[in-house]
Amino acid sequence: MKKVASVLLSTLMAASLAACGQSTSAGTPAATAAPAATEAPAATAAAEPTAAPASEEGKVLNIYCWNEEFKSRLEDHYPGYEKVDATTGKIGDVTVKFTITPSTDNAYQNKLDEALPANASAAADDKVDIFLVEADYALKYTGANPAVALDVKADLGLTDADLANQYQYTKDVVTADGVLRGVSWQGCPGVLIYNRAAAKEVFGDDAPETVQEKVKDWAAFNAAAKELNAKGYTITSTVNDAYRVYSNNVTSKWVEDGKINIDPNIMKWVEDSKALVDAGYTTTAELWSDDWNKGFYPEGKVFCYFGPAWLINFSMKSDDAASIAAQGGWGATEGPQGFNWGGTWICGAQGSDNPTLVADIMKQLTCTESIMSDIVKKDSDFVNNKPAMEAAAKDDSYAFPVLGGQNPLAMFCAGAEKISMANISIYDQGCTEEFQKAMKNYFDGNATLDESLDLFYKGVEEKYPELTH
Amino acid sequence: MSDKKYKHQTNSKVVSYNKWGIIFLTPFMVVWLIFQFIPLVTTIYNSFFENYKSGLTQIGPNFIGLQNYVTIVTNGDLINYSKNTMIMWIIGFIPQIFFSLLLAAWFTDPSLRLKGQRFFKTVIYLPNLIMASAFSMLFFTLFADSGPINSILVSMGILSQPFKFMANVTAVRSLVGFMNFIMWFGNTTILLMAGMMGIDQSLFEAAEIDGATANEIFWKITLPILRPILVYVLITSLIGGLQMFDVPQILTNGTGDPTRTSMTLIMYLNKHLYSKNFGMGGALSVFLFIITGILSLIVFRISYAGEVK
Repeated sequence: MKKVASVLLSTLMAASLAACGQSTSAGTPAATAAPAATEAPAATAAAEPTAAPASEEGKVLNIYCWNEEFKSRLEDHYPGYEKVDATTGKIGDVTVKFTITPSTDNAYQNKLDEALPANASAAADDKVDIFLVEADYALKYTGANPAVALDVKADLGLTDADLANQYQYTKDVVTADGVLRGVSWQGCPGVLIYNRAAAKEVFGDDAPETVQEKVKDWAAFNAAAKELNAKGYTITSTVNDAYRVYSNNVTSKWVEDGKINIDPNIMKWVEDSKALVDAGYTTTAELWSDDWNKGFYPEGKVFCYFGPAWLINFSMKSDDAASIAAQGGWGATEGPQGFNWGGTWICGAQGSDNPTLVADIMKQLTCTESIMSDIVKKDSDFVNNKPAMEAAAKDDSYAFPVLGGQNPLAMFCAGAEKISMANISIYDQGCTEEFQKAMKNYFDGNATLDESLDLFYKGVEEKYPELTH
Repeated sequence: MSDKKYKHQTNSKVVSYNKWGIIFLTPFMVVWLIFQFIPLVTTIYNSFFENYKSGLTQIGPNFIGLQNYVTIVTNGDLINYSKNTMIMWIIGFIPQIFFSLLLAAWFTDPSLRLKGQRFFKTVIYLPNLIMASAFSMLFFTLFADSGPINSILVSMGILSQPFKFMANVTAVRSLVGFMNFIMWFGNTTILLMAGMMGIDQSLFEAAEIDGATANEIFWKITLPILRPILVYVLITSLIGGLQMFDVPQILTNGTGDPTRTSMTLIMYLNKHLYSKNFGMGGALSVFLFIITGILSLIVFRISYAGEVK
């Protein structure tokens, strides 16, 4: 008995030690990758970021990002890029070094906050040259004071002609005080993605036109929820699915003159959502949770999701044969309102010692039509190039298998033209997160609307102590 | 002469022993100063300043006196989150001390002749080897709206539709308490067993000969003698409870929902990390320090009421 117990104990200890080892090693690559820039000889003078010839520029191009997406775009599409290993590559004699920090718990932004303000005085090989941002917090890094991102036109030399084919909203997101401080190779207009089987069963037809008629505005959408419920379907997987559709169609910012402001369209989301939840037509699960993505399978009985091209192609479990996506069982239609979700912008960092290369990467990936067409073909991205997308929209070879052969690109093109990002602020990410969290209490019946709003104000004021309501 | 020499030798020995004492103490003192004392003092110092980051802009540090303390007290946060923390601690501690005492009494009672003691001691300690966050993640998945617990309850016909555990105040608090209980009762059992095994067996024998029942022996002999250990368990558990963070943080995704009723003091402290708000964080930490001190003092006073007089 003693022996059995001690063997059991020691195995467990070994197992727990091994587990610890794994978790630390899994957690560290991002942390260790940063200070390890030693192999290239140090270039002493930090080049001025405008007219320096390439030969005098830094030997290490440091790129800060939160996932593999940009790395694979660069590996696959930038001319002359050679892959060395998982986080390094070479362009000519310049070493490209990726520092990947996941966005979870704000870790990526904390990393940027630490590195960018001190970038000018950092050692030449440690200087951040390119960093990526998302729309929710883009303005935090593209503002003028303190300016941490390079002016795309004045500092990096891209011209209006270069940028002419990009969708206007992708420029608006990274423009502050009239200065453009980033570019994107992709657009993320969203559509309503519906379950074809459910549409056939409930509405008798799964054609996009028929479904669009049923969801053409919010009143129709909410009426359709009742019909769907009668057949056992929830209209969306969770109230948070529709949040971005409402929040992208606001007429005011989250913060006006230091005061927290809730737009009428956001309050409409609360009102509509509460009615849907109370009637049992949808749930209050969180996005990305298991309760949310159960609708990717037929037995989840979810009628629709809202999302852009990347959600359709990469997030709906199309690699699992049992999913609706694998069987091509989704359809796409415009839905009640147009919206945008996600997107990645490339920014050049102030203090970078590789401005010429940074400018060229931006130019190649976001302005060169042939490269961008390749991205559409290879990665099914919706690229930020009007002529390329309009051509693809007319070409049946771009049909999405997930959508049962439907080509939704024309819809995306129309959506991208209509997106307005005029009302974004640096507080968007925090406000959105806190608002959804707080309203969940209201939807679940644990708090009144006023109590939930107080929770929201409290949460936001903790994150941004300078704000009041 | 020889006598004098002898005396001299002893003196030098005393001196050199003192020297070693200081040398051996130095590492501890250095570590304590750097990692305990300096942070403690700077925390208190920081609590008097307005000092945070908004986006990339640093605001402060501006000296604002006791403003941070006033804010925390007047907006009711301190009271609310202290209450949440204590409620969840008590929900976990009551079963923890009950089962620990019971198991410790059984394990140390030779007349029961329990078989496989080692195995069971190992098993009850096992939950403590799992990381609290992993344990919490597991419960989060188990009790999700479409998780296995709900599926089982629905398919057995006990519930007609899934119960939203995470949207119910009692359910969330109970789950947190239950997890803390499961994780810590093994540890407590072992502490109490050590205490019980230190009690002189002849006391038990004498009591048995005098005709005391097992129940009487437990209440009148074991418990009173065990009191120092019980006090130790209570204080360490109380301080651990005040610092409760990982279990509710992971279970509620950092929100402390529903309506922040499961937000503990440390979770609240963590909220100030987002804006790197050293002022508010410092003030809250000072409060926490004072609360911990007072509670420990109260428990100590009550437990040693007899001796203190």
